[in-house]
Amino acid sequence: MAFTNEQLERYSRQIILKEIGVKGQKKLLNAKVLIIGAGGLGAPAAMYLAGAGVGTIGIADADVVDLSNLQRQVIHGTPDLGKPKVESAKESIKAINPEVEVHTYHTFVGADNIADMIRDYDFILDGTDNFPAKFLINDACVMAGKPFSHAGILRFSGQLMTYVPGEGPCYRCVFENPPPKDAVPTCKQAGVIGAMAGVIGCLQALEAIKYITGAGELLTGKLLTYDALTMKFRTVKLPRNHRCGVCGEHPTITELIDYEQVECEGL
Amino acid sequence: MAEFDVRERVDITDVVCPVTFVKAKVALEELEDGEVLSVHMNDGEPVQNVPRSIKEDGHQILKLIDNEDGTYDLIVRKVGD
Repeated sequence: MAFTNEQLERYSRQIILKEIGVKGQKKLLNAKVLIIGAGGLGAPAAMYLAGAGVGTIGIADADVVDLSNLQRQVIHGTPDLGKPKVESAKESIKAINPEVEVHTYHTFVGADNIADMIRDYDFILDGTDNFPAKFLINDACVMAGKPFSHAGILRFSGQLMTYVPGEGPCYRCVFENPPPKDAVPTCKQAGVIGAMAGVIGCLQALEAIKYITGAGELLTGKLLTYDALTMKFRTVKLPRNHRCGVCGEHPTITELIDYEQVECEGL
Repeated sequence: MAEFDVRERVDITDVVCPVTFVKAKVALEELEDGEVLSVHMNDGEPVQNVPRSIKEDGHQILKLIDNEDGTYDLIVRKVGD
């Protein structure tokens, strides 16, 4: 594959990087990343992945753009109000980089559709806002042998980790089951700072880019936590749980589960 | 240029910094270790910066030929795969 002068100019700042180079750029252009949730996390992630030239970006989200989303979901604008988020996100991605192929899934992810959805992608980005979806994405990715980036944010804090098959713990190794309903407030109830979603969503985009290009070290076997009020990043080492229900030696979870959805307005 | 076994030529006179270097870098990545690339470039910024950047990437500069028409040909040997 030969680069056009326009491509060389578009990606020049990252092709220059020794860790990316021409080889890394070709990998990015050939890569397929699925972003589940076009909200606070998925918005910045999708925009930076589009800018970086990830060849195919899939976006799954069942919602339409709401006025309360715009405080943090920077891929959508005021003229997009009422539009399906996947459509609005696609337009923004195409505006940033027309070269990116965008696949949209205007639906909730569930046990009945997630396996088909993730099948063709190289890396999955969890930008969802609820525990049932997070456990579902984890289990589906473990079962399909797909790497993914987990992230969560609330108020002024966030966390992320990266699952790579065979190389570290999955989300369920760390958090065995979803918390009881109402034990954890949703972002709608608790609030969140928009820039917080931006920080964590950008870190997810970085993990995807590093996984695709092979640059640096991933957050596998590590949970990164960020407290914006104290400006502290912490990395906690996490072992695999050999008794994990989904990725352990004797898995007890062999089918995907739709846990009860707790209503939330979308990160 | 008969003294060098030039494997590939690239013209970077149609682009500006930093794409000049990027275009040369792309051409170098297509070559095998030890093969020679000739880079056709303009006088001024390219001739000042591109050879240095290529050297910083670890490749060997064999010769810079002044074509005396405002352009240069930089002869580079690729080092590494």
